[in-house]
Amino acid sequence: MSAESSPKIVIVDESPIRAAILEEGLREAGFTSVVHISEMQSLLARIYALDPDVIVIDLENPSRDVLEQMFQVSRAVRRPIAMFVDQSDAASIQASVDAGVSAYIVDGLKKERLKPILDLCISRFNAFSKLQDELDRAKSALEDRKVIDRAKGILMKLKGLTEEEAYVLLRSTAMREKKKIGEIAQSILTASELLK
Amino acid sequence: MSTPLHIGFIPLVDAAALIVAVDKGFAAAEGLDVTLVREVSWSNVRDKLNIGMFDAAHLLAPVAIASSLGLGHVKVPIVAPFNLGLNGNAITVSPALHAAIMAEIDGDPFDPMATALALARVVATRRQSGAEPLTFGMTFPFSTHNYQLRFWMAAGGVDPDEDVRLVILPPPYMVDSLRNGHVDAFCVGAPWNSIAVDLGIGRILHFVSDILISAAEKVLAVRRDWSEKNPDVVTALVRAHIRAAEFIEEPENRAEAARILGQTERIGVDPEVIQRTLDGRLKIASDGTMRESGRYLLVGREGAARPDPAQAAWLYAQMVRWGQTALRPDALRTAMGVFRPDLYDIASGHRGKASDASDAIGAFAGPAFNPEDIAGHLAAFRIGRWKP
Repeated sequence: MSAESSPKIVIVDESPIRAAILEEGLREAGFTSVVHISEMQSLLARIYALDPDVIVIDLENPSRDVLEQMFQVSRAVRRPIAMFVDQSDAASIQASVDAGVSAYIVDGLKKERLKPILDLCISRFNAFSKLQDELDRAKSALEDRKVIDRAKGILMKLKGLTEEEAYVLLRSTAMREKKKIGEIAQSILTASELLK
Repeated sequence: MSTPLHIGFIPLVDAAALIVAVDKGFAAAEGLDVTLVREVSWSNVRDKLNIGMFDAAHLLAPVAIASSLGLGHVKVPIVAPFNLGLNGNAITVSPALHAAIMAEIDGDPFDPMATALALARVVATRRQSGAEPLTFGMTFPFSTHNYQLRFWMAAGGVDPDEDVRLVILPPPYMVDSLRNGHVDAFCVGAPWNSIAVDLGIGRILHFVSDILISAAEKVLAVRRDWSEKNPDVVTALVRAHIRAAEFIEEPENRAEAARILGQTERIGVDPEVIQRTLDGRLKIASDGTMRESGRYLLVGREGAARPDPAQAAWLYAQMVRWGQTALRPDALRTAMGVFRPDLYDIASGHRGKASDASDAIGAFAGPAFNPEDIAGHLAAFRIGRWKP
């Protein structure tokens, strides 16, 4: 069976980017049989049809509760067990919850074989959050810059300032009011909209 | 110096006492600095409580028991010193299923025996015509929703494992699933039944209090070892919950409570919809038909907040009836030991009255529940996975 060669891994994740990052990592590590499910409708039927050895799901996904149904003996085709059952390895449980990922292993696959998969998921999930944070920061920095540029333009026009003077005015006001320059710039834009 | 606590919850109205305890300052007044963490799945709440990321949690009462018994998951002893709510769920059906049941009903539509017998006839007719079995959504294998649905339909002769499909759906997906025909009915807590009714895609067939007069729904759950190491914190936390429940149960405070619960970072729905649940006055059909019940959701009144071990025994009996575990005397004792009226009494400052076990549940069918004789009790039910 396939578990002896490369275990079949199903990734349940509504984020296509994160799933792609995870899938790429798993393939690079030699796990060639990876399927991504992004549609939560009839999730159990999809999983049963794929018959995976390992299921990976993000913790932001409400459908995690749907997977619990697989532990009910009467319905299960095969009987997966949750990763968290391995109480001998508290550190990796903590790490996976921190990273926001949970893995389920199906009976028949040795626990040692899950460990590298889980470790990889944890590191890829963490890398994704870091990337997401950086993107968010870059996006808000870019937006701040646009807002500041427009506010400078308004000050230059209304008060006859040079660009540098307009910037100094923004900065000193921000310091006095203990606010970010972007916030002061935004309030100038709002005020100028109102006064149009 | 205040004690920092992280407490997980699912955005449902029966987290009311917890949310109000924090947002109305009752917890702070007890010296607790609580950070509420909104979660998306019961699995997350359970796991984060188990590994200590949460100090306490709003938890399905049967999950607290299952966790203490090691059913379906890792064994972590949990105790419940405060019952967050009795009842509070409803069974909502699609307009088509409602019409089919009403076409077959012989009796009052609020009589669960009449609707269950009608459901059995609908199921039989569908089977004869080769139609797909009806699908019912519920929230978790170890949930009152699961047991309430099963108890109701089995009383009418419908085997929940053979005659219909029971599927787990996260509460936020219930309404969509009913709309697109993925399920024909569901059993869920507030506000989801009202949302389906308001959208005109579902009709509330039963309040679960039609099926069982009293059912422990959600509990305030803490790890047993943590409660033993932090007895004063547990007492302070329970006291804050008692104050909050008293606040919520005063009719003149309902609007404020509903507003607190409705905040985006709490339950995040219209306070008017939340208040319907707290008042037990619900619109049950899109034509505006109203139904009122004094037993829709009890947040502390009539002694509802004091954990009742007989309730835990009944939930354990359902786990046995539906094949989730075997019947063992030691497991029954463990299950009953999860519900801790003694810890509640320490916080309330007086010794509460134990319920009369014979009417603690008040089910519409079968004999009165007796925690001392679960085998005898279960033997009275024809449908079930447990065999004497």
